[in-house]
Amino acid sequence: MKQIAVVSGKGGTGKTSIVASLAALSSGRAVYADCDVDAPDLHLILLPQVQERHDFIGIKRAFIDSAKCVQCGSCQEACRFSAISDFQVDQSLCEGCGVCKLVCPADAVEMKDSLAGHAYISETRFGPLVHAELFPGEEASGKLVAMVREMARNLAESRHMDLVLIDGSPGIGCPVIASLTGVDLALVATEPTITGEHDLERILGVAAHFGIKTAICINKCDLNPEGAGRIEALAREKGIDVVGRLPYHTSVVEAMVAGQAVVEREGPVAQAMKEMYKSLEEML
Amino acid sequence: MKISIASGKGGTGKTLVATSIAASLASAGRVAIADCDVEEPNSYLFFPDRLILERKECHVAVPVIDEDRCTHCGKCAEVCAYHALAVLPQTVLLFPELCHGCGACIIVCPEKAVSESFRSIGEIFVARSHETEIVWGELALGEARTTPLIKAVKERAEGDMVIVDCPPGTSCSMVEAVRGSDYCLLVTEPTPFGLYDLNIALKVLAKMKMPHAVLVNKSGMGDSKVYDYLEQRKVPLLMEIPLDRKIAEIYSQGGIFAERMPEWKPRFASLISRIEEMIS
Repeated sequence: MKQIAVVSGKGGTGKTSIVASLAALSSGRAVYADCDVDAPDLHLILLPQVQERHDFIGIKRAFIDSAKCVQCGSCQEACRFSAISDFQVDQSLCEGCGVCKLVCPADAVEMKDSLAGHAYISETRFGPLVHAELFPGEEASGKLVAMVREMARNLAESRHMDLVLIDGSPGIGCPVIASLTGVDLALVATEPTITGEHDLERILGVAAHFGIKTAICINKCDLNPEGAGRIEALAREKGIDVVGRLPYHTSVVEAMVAGQAVVEREGPVAQAMKEMYKSLEEML
Repeated sequence: MKISIASGKGGTGKTLVATSIAASLASAGRVAIADCDVEEPNSYLFFPDRLILERKECHVAVPVIDEDRCTHCGKCAEVCAYHALAVLPQTVLLFPELCHGCGACIIVCPEKAVSESFRSIGEIFVARSHETEIVWGELALGEARTTPLIKAVKERAEGDMVIVDCPPGTSCSMVEAVRGSDYCLLVTEPTPFGLYDLNIALKVLAKMKMPHAVLVNKSGMGDSKVYDYLEQRKVPLLMEIPLDRKIAEIYSQGGIFAERMPEWKPRFASLISRIEEMIS
């Protein structure tokens, strides 16, 4: 089984539109995993029918029992995250370390599991989808990504499918690292803007740091031909294949509004997506 | 005053809005941009004549084990909520990227074998371009935890007006970036993806009790559902920027939108005046 993660560094470069099209093209042989857990959008195109819902338990959080609390202030002093004031825990600042419980002389602190989201196994017109919902503002998005990926791998194994296709989140931090570890290929979506170019270099650096093979897709490649040329040159210099060159075209948003993958309609972007899929197949 | 620019969905135009607000207010007093998207900081790229005034490492605490005192009892690994320590029969392994620096291992060690040191997770930069101060953080490649660096960027940014450019998403990085602002402006686009992620972002802001409004970028694309949603929920829509290839091209080349299309400067200035009125 192979795993491909579509990541980007910069947000809004087309990760989800790309994954939806690759899903349509790999229909029947792959499991899809939406690992952008705090802004998940793939379901808006894949229109899943949920089959299973699993609870996601996030970090433990501290609760002070005011009946037991002797107001000594030890916990406030020891908390490195400034999460305790007036002998109460601000749950949005608590990182669940448990130091307050360790130092409390009155046994007034309890560490409780918190339900931080859900993960789902669904059926879609292209095949099974594992997706998730992180409750607003929750921590531990990396842990939920790991959960989604494990569910997707197990599902692919049990259904004898040979590909897991992952929609990643923007950035280079915790959820991105969790989306990238152990994949066979990271497809990096970028765009020829000054910010897209800058962010591309950083995400390529992270992939290299973890020893992950990469390929590049340049979205909106005709928006700034000079910038696209610089990305091509960077790819050549690093020995990375540019497998996709998608033009700037209204069909992408039109498909999104219609709840369709771009390749479910005709157009220049659909054509370019098909060529990219062929290149990816050859790479794997 | 501190106004954060956040979004939910990535690529909706947070940085375009943050840099344009800064450019529109530059003549009116000290403006600072605090770029809290420490994973992919971009605001500074729009100020090519920036002069770097300061550059320093952002340090976080990590434990140091005195192997001479350690009896490998395993209590430190047991208490660590982040699985950052593993105790083997002969040695203790530390996974520094997982450590939150909470100090629990120091407290539980019966041999007093754990002390503390510091390690860098990235850098903080302070630069100036004419009247605008730009502060940003740059997370080191391979690091997972962003919040200490985001806090450090916010602490360092000073000015009569601080514009916080937030990371996309709605998880802890976004919450940390927005925390402490007087007002949050959410930038969205009128597409199904934009609307879905806007809805999550609005829930986060409601939970934080953060006053907020919406700016719709690339209006004219997609559909009208974002507008219906805003009207139903009575969320103020303060500004629209049209979908325009010219704007996209200016941005792609690193130009500040309001600088290159100066007819927009008074609109951004009045956007800020409206926000000031709402929170006073």
